[in-house]
Formats: sequence, structure tokens, C-alpha cells
Amino acid sequence: MVGAALALFTLAGIADSAVARKTEILHLLKHDCGSCHGMTLQGGLGPSLRPERLRLFSEAQLAIVILHGRPGTPMPPWKPFLTEQEALWLAGLLKKGIEP
Amino acid sequence: MRLIFIALLLISSAGQAADCLLRGTGDLGIIIERAAGSLKVVDTTHRKELFRVKGLGDLSHASAVYSRDARYAYIFGRDGGLSKVDLLCGRLVKRVVQGGNSIGGAISQDGRLIAVSNYEPGGVKLFSAETLDLVADIPATQTPKGKGAKTVGLVDAPGQRFVFGLYDTHEIWVLDMSNPQAPQLTRFKDAGLQPYDGLITPDGRYYIAGLFGEDGLTLLDLWHLEKGPTRILSHYGKGKQQLPVYKMPHLEGWAVAGDQTFLPAIGHHEVLVVNRNSWQATGRIPVYGQPVFAIARPDGRQVWVNFAFPHNDTIQVIDTETLKVIKTLKPGKGALHMEFSPRGEEVWISIRDQDLVKIFDTATLKQIGSLPADKPSGIFFTARAHKTGL
Repeated sequence: MVGAALALFTLAGIADSAVARKTEILHLLKHDCGSCHGMTLQGGLGPSLRPERLRLFSEAQLAIVILHGRPGTPMPPWKPFLTEQEALWLAGLLKKGIEP
Repeated sequence: MRLIFIALLLISSAGQAADCLLRGTGDLGIIIERAAGSLKVVDTTHRKELFRVKGLGDLSHASAVYSRDARYAYIFGRDGGLSKVDLLCGRLVKRVVQGGNSIGGAISQDGRLIAVSNYEPGGVKLFSAETLDLVADIPATQTPKGKGAKTVGLVDAPGQRFVFGLYDTHEIWVLDMSNPQAPQLTRFKDAGLQPYDGLITPDGRYYIAGLFGEDGLTLLDLWHLEKGPTRILSHYGKGKQQLPVYKMPHLEGWAVAGDQTFLPAIGHHEVLVVNRNSWQATGRIPVYGQPVFAIARPDGRQVWVNFAFPHNDTIQVIDTETLKVIKTLKPGKGALHMEFSPRGEEVWISIRDQDLVKIFDTATLKQIGSLPADKPSGIFFTARAHKTGL
């Protein structure tokens, strides 16, 4: 009984921290990606990140750009701050279309 | 009859914007609320909010200039919006969406023209400061992809001129608007790879462009355009591993103290010290992260620096005599912008993630107050109205 309650508690804890992490990444997208790509992602110094433009790229390709940047452009590597899974999740969101 | 007369009087005075203030504007300013698309009009003497003005569009990257009477602020938004706000009435007077994606603007020497530079479709548009009617349209060079080059680093210069850079085509242009019906353009090609921002010295003589695509900066002497642009600091930082840049530095706000000027390095966690006679680097000051703004206190004794993600919770203060960091402040995450009071006894700092603007005493380096603001970014005080390049 106590074990089950503990297990439930831990699961809820994991779910909470996952939600918190997603909120953190969306904040990063809006404010930090947004400083070059625009807070509504329609582009700025960096290109638009709207689904119309990202159609040509796969989620895996986008995740590589997010993690490693694009040499020769101002796009920096975000690998120090995002895991591969997080980058893939973000790429998926962008391809679907998101208003951060 | 008398009653009707009084009633009419009351109605007409209400129509005359009863809420407008009768006062000077010399100690007023605005705080951009980037996520809400609004701004606050503030009184810097009493450190209080006077008005909140909404409906300014996407202000994720916003800047502002002032009319020469310092009553009106012109705000340039990311979505191409140009908004004119009346500080005394707390009211949006007019708003035009002039481009797809704008990056900044400037007001002409005589205060009659507002210039806006655009990422998309590139180029510069000029508007009447009074009516915001279009006066002239200067398209940018086409890139091989058939788009106008992103236009950056727009400043006003003496002689009713504007100077700006073309990021994709590596140019600097000087636009003379002495005759608004016949704009005169001087184009400098090969002016440095990927100019991304520019500044003008407070005397209006030198324009400097920061370059993303190469080490160093481009210098243009506006007294002697015939000499063309020259590279300065071109070997600065060569051979050193460049660090990733999570937010591009801004060159607005020429940090000058005596013969020394202070610039954010790009790809290095340093502030560069440059002699403004020889244009040689005379020092580099290691700092906490990639600097975004390096701004001198108006008396030149201190330079305050903020940083790009992930170091944007920190502000450092440099003593310009010893060239040392004398204080590291941790005002909070998202310390985006700093603005000094006109004579420098205070500095106001936007703390985005705390929804606060914090006010510091620049002598004690201690916080002395704060004002709430919704995701604050740029802070612009009316003292800018009478300064070239601001």
C-alpha cells in the first residue's frame, strides 16, 4: 500500500518535471530562438520557422540543425542546452506549427 | 441656456483628451513590453508609470526614437509596424505596417523624416514624422535568390543623411535626404562580410559596422566619403576559437570614455577597447559571457555590459580607468536592456523573466527601486531626442 502510493507519487513527480521541462523549452523557443527568428517565428535575421518553410526538411534534419547549428551562419549549436530527444520533439512541434 | 453652455464646455474639453498631461517630457521614457505588444510611459523623476499604451503589434525586437520636441515616440516593431505614441496623452496616434519584417529605425537630423530598415523585403522606407505618410522607398540590392538584402544598422547622420548596411550583399549605403523628392544614394560594395549592425559616433562623423562574416569591423568616415570604407581591428581575435553566439550583440550606444571606446566582441567573451584616434585595439576585457550591449555611463567612467543566453541573468560593470570589472550583478534572468538617466546617476535594467524593471544607483551599484512591466525589453528615455544616432 505504502509502496503503491510511493510509486504513484514518483510517477506524478516525473510527469510534473517533464511538463516543467517542456514549458522551459517553449520559453526558450519564444524568447531565445525568437530573438533571431521572431517571437512569432516568422523570421528575422534568421529564417522563418513556420511549417510552410520547414516542410522540406525531416524532423531528424531539423534536430541536427538545432543541435549543431549551421556553420557560416549566425545559427549556433544548442546541444549544450537540449538533448537529442528534446530537439526532435521541438522539430516535430515546429513542423506541425506552433504559436509559442 | 447657461446650463447647456456649461454642458457643451464640459463635452468639448473631454473631447480634447482630458487625460493629457500638462508638463515637460524631459524626464519621461518608455519601456517596451515585448510579449504583450505594449509599452509603458514612465516618469523617471518619480519612478512611476504614467500610461500603458497597447496595440503596437509584435515587439519581439523593438526600438524607438523620439521627435525633437520629445513628445512623441516612434516605435519600430518586428512585424514591420511603425507606431507613433504621444507621451503626454498616453495614446497611439498612428500606426502603419510598412514592411514585412523590420529591424530598426532612425529620425532625420531635422526631425521631419522617419526611416525604417527592413529584413523583408529589405531596403529602407522614409515617412513623414508628422503624418507617417510614405515619402520615399529605397529598395535593397537583390540577392541571387531574388530577395532584397536584409537591411541593418540604420542610423541618422548629419547632413540629413542615413547610413545602413546590407547583410546579404556586404554593402554600406549612405542616403542623403536633403531633397526628399530626390534621394541621393552612395553605395559602397565590398564593405565587409555580413554587416549585422552599425553605430555612429556621438559627433556623427564615423559609422562603424559590425561584421558577422569576418573578423573585425568596417569604418566609414562621413566627413570623407571619397575615402570609402576601411577595415579596422581586422586581425582582432584571429586564431582564437570562436564561441557560439546565442544572441547577436548590439552596437547601438557608443560606449566612449575619453579616447577609448568599448565594443562587444563577437564569438568571444570579451569587451574590446579601441583607441578612437588610431582605431587600434588597445585592450580586451574578459567578461562573463557573450556581451550584447556595452553602454557607457554618460560621464564615461563606467561601462555596463549585459550578456546573451545562457548568461543573461548577469550584468557587469567595468571601470574605464583600470579596465577591470568592478562589479558583477545578478539582477535576474533575461536582463535584456539598460538605459541611463540623462546624467547617469541611475540605470534602469529590464528583467524579462521577473516582469520587472530594476533601477540601480550607479555610484553605490545597489538597487534602489523597481517598476512592474510585462516581459520588459527595450527602455528608451527622451534624452535620446537630441542625440545623433539614437
